[in-house]
Amino acid sequence: MSAGNNDIIIRVEGVDAGYDGVAIQKNLSFEIRRGEVFGILGGSGSGKSTLMKVMIGLNLPIAGHIFIAGDDIVTADEATLERIQRRFGVMYQSGALFGSMSLLENVRLPLEVYTELPDDAIDLIARMKLELVGLEGFTGHLPAELSGGMQKRAGIARAMALDPSILFLDEPSSGLDPITAASLDATIRRLSDNLGVTFVIVSHDLGSVFVAMDRVILLDLAAKGIIAEGDPRRLREESTDPRVRAFFRREAEVVPA
Amino acid sequence: MAAVSISDTPDGRRILALSGRLDSATLPDVWNASRRAAAEAGSRPLVVDAAGVDYCDGAGAALFVELLRHPREGAVEVTNLRPAFAVLLKQFHPDVLAHDLDPEPARRPAVEEVGFAVSVVWRDIRTQVEFIGELTSALWFAIRHPASVRWKDVWRICERVGADALPIVALISFLLGMILAFQSAVPMKRFGAEIFVADLIGLAMLRELGPLMTAILLAGRSGAAFAAEIGTMRVNQEVDALTTMGLNPVRFLVTPRIIAAVLMTPLLTLFSDLVGLLGGALTMQSFSIPYVTFLKEVDAAVNMSDFLAGFVKSFVFALLVAGIGCLRGLQTSAGASAVGDSATRAVVSGIILLVVVDGIFAVAYYMLDI
Repeated sequence: MSAGNNDIIIRVEGVDAGYDGVAIQKNLSFEIRRGEVFGILGGSGSGKSTLMKVMIGLNLPIAGHIFIAGDDIVTADEATLERIQRRFGVMYQSGALFGSMSLLENVRLPLEVYTELPDDAIDLIARMKLELVGLEGFTGHLPAELSGGMQKRAGIARAMALDPSILFLDEPSSGLDPITAASLDATIRRLSDNLGVTFVIVSHDLGSVFVAMDRVILLDLAAKGIIAEGDPRRLREESTDPRVRAFFRREAEVVPA
Repeated sequence: MAAVSISDTPDGRRILALSGRLDSATLPDVWNASRRAAAEAGSRPLVVDAAGVDYCDGAGAALFVELLRHPREGAVEVTNLRPAFAVLLKQFHPDVLAHDLDPEPARRPAVEEVGFAVSVVWRDIRTQVEFIGELTSALWFAIRHPASVRWKDVWRICERVGADALPIVALISFLLGMILAFQSAVPMKRFGAEIFVADLIGLAMLRELGPLMTAILLAGRSGAAFAAEIGTMRVNQEVDALTTMGLNPVRFLVTPRIIAAVLMTPLLTLFSDLVGLLGGALTMQSFSIPYVTFLKEVDAAVNMSDFLAGFVKSFVFALLVAGIGCLRGLQTSAGASAVGDSATRAVVSGIILLVVVDGIFAVAYYMLDI
């Protein structure tokens, strides 16, 4: 993949992310290329989800700028932000489905709001998205009637409803069985390879990191910053930083005797 | 832009040539035309030629699936779709998408619905009786083992139920006193009997309105809050966690709330009585009845048994409102609207119970000549 400047779709510049003015992560800068499957990794509490909330414009960063396809979402007014947000889909950690709607209605909603498609086309597209995550037999169920992993899969289907060019997924594979998780990885790769969809995935599931992701950053709570950036397979083999090696090789911290 | 052109070959096949960009923005251009052309082809074989398609995302794939999924006499074939898009299309199974796998269940007949509703009401009454038993046992346990009560929780809830409710209780009671005084003073003045307004307000506030208004406010504020708090804990499996830790949810969650409500409601009732009288006294100033006269008249008209009649009720009201609030919380089912439903049911059942029990009190006091 060429890394010309035109191919940069998201640029994070000197961002401090945190809550109530207290930064969990400081001075983060990185770039995400179009069509790339990009991972934000780190231990729990290291600020991965916080960073994602800032990148999708839900929370303002304490400092810094975020450019999505050239527009700065930190300084954007409400109308611009809405226009940018319409181009990406987000899957939240818990699925965040609307509890009063069936799965099909949940996935139909963005299509009904943002497209001019006839009703039967919306219906078919929504059911295809649910088939993609293996939920074709549960279209009429309410989210509360399903297990946590199924709700999560429906959340992914809803995020993909409009075929956005950027998809943000917050821990998509946690709570999924290995078979579903693997098929999700395959779907992610297919969309990225064939349609050039950009994925930004918050995760600490090493299985899917090595299979699906092109490039990752590794956040560290103590260092308050990025301690590694690059191809996860190379980081596993070549990194000399003990923290990075421990993370990618799934080793417990070594306690000196 | 997307376009479709339809042609029929001499060997009897119908060709549907799609071209351009197929996504959710352009799909409306070709959706209906393509479906119509396919339907009109009847039993002839259909060839969907995708050579001219330069982009096709999930929405575009829906068009191919739509043409493939309906069972028809003639064969359907998609040709010349670029490999990148063909891979995406291969993810879907048109035969699976041909019919709804999760249709809505058929509605029950009306008789069955009525029976179902009756059984729900009957079950609710049973759980209420069970809950009363469980609650009595928990309170009895708390009396015998006061150290087992989580007093830190009790004081925290006391503050929320009692102190935090003072402004709203004051506002409503003051308004009630003023309105009662004003509405009765105007006609009574015609008979020169405005001094008896003091009797009316004294008796009405102390015997009925003070306890009742306080209890209704309690139902709206704290009953709903109890149901929502415990309901949220139920949804988050916190109640299950308590049970598996061997802690009885009624003892752990309900007892502190009931104790707090029973301690605070009588105090709030006293406060409400007082502020109501103050509102009345203030209004009567404008009918040239001074405070001292008003107070003396109240003192003469109201005796201790009137005050106690209202005060005793406030304990019972507190028990009812807090109890039903906690019960509705514990009954919370799953789903996004479940906690809201529980809070609503707590307020509605609380007020219904208040009305019923207040009526029983009225009859009892009448019989006992209090």
